[in-house]
Amino acid sequence: MKHNLILRITAKLLIPYIILFALYVQFHGDFGPGGGFQAGVIFSAAFILYTLVYGLATAQRTIPLWILQRLASFGVLIYIGTGVAGLLLGGEFLNYSLLADAPITGQHIGILVIELGVGITVASVMIMIFFLFAGRGRP
Amino acid sequence: MIDLLIDITLLAFLLVTAIAIIRIHSLFAIVMLFGIFSLSSAGLFVVMDAADVAFTEAAVGAGISTVLMLATLALTRQHDEKRTAKHLPILPLLVVLVTGAALIYGTLDIPAFGDPDAPAQQHVAPHYLNRAVEETGVPNIVTAVLASYRGFDTLGEVTVIFTAGVGVFLLLARRSKKERERGTHRET
Repeated sequence: MKHNLILRITAKLLIPYIILFALYVQFHGDFGPGGGFQAGVIFSAAFILYTLVYGLATAQRTIPLWILQRLASFGVLIYIGTGVAGLLLGGEFLNYSLLADAPITGQHIGILVIELGVGITVASVMIMIFFLFAGRGRP
Repeated sequence: MIDLLIDITLLAFLLVTAIAIIRIHSLFAIVMLFGIFSLSSAGLFVVMDAADVAFTEAAVGAGISTVLMLATLALTRQHDEKRTAKHLPILPLLVVLVTGAALIYGTLDIPAFGDPDAPAQQHVAPHYLNRAVEETGVPNIVTAVLASYRGFDTLGEVTVIFTAGVGVFLLLARRSKKERERGTHRET
């Protein structure tokens, strides 16, 4: 699809908005429907569209496999780290109430941070799986 | 009334798609029909006011899985083998009928949709519904339950996704690297 002008232009127009929507879903998940999981999938959809239109090599120059590998683990570590932070502050594992002075603020911070971890892991794993699948067929 | 109409329409779509998936032999068409099936289910979830579930179903079921299955198709065959039945499928039909009858019999006891007296709504749900905003300050109770009350479960889910990624990486990454080396070798 590398030489299809209409596809390339349309994709170029669409991708920023898909990423913007993913970020909206990510950070607005505590007020509206959505959250890290959905946001991660939408974010990866933007990259998959980019890969489909511009080719695997270009996409892997933008975001190489080794970065995706580390990001996937990083997201899980953020999640576990938030849990351990609650533990270190004298509460239970994944108790966010102690992360700030007021329990509600702590809960809010905790939920935002772990949703971010979920989003990072989901997005990078989805992109990674697609890269690996797409990279297999070609010599 | 309008909800009922939408429900019937979407369920009819689901039925038609499911039958088409069974009958069709082109794997490409089946993958597309799977996407339509997921989208219809997402519509059903919206009618049931489960916006978060609908969102996930539309994004994962209709979006990512379709792309991944297409990517898999690109590596494998486009058609499955046409099988002709050598005998009358009486035993499978019997099993299907008995199982279906048992399931329908089971639905007779299920509480009505959204019934507040249903056992599932009696355990921790009242606490979440009454106290979630107060305790977490998050208006979307689904997020409050997912990320805070049931944070440990969600950690498990993230770990499952991470493990899936690691598994695919271990299975496919080394091979594709070898192939890439071969490719560069041929170019030089």
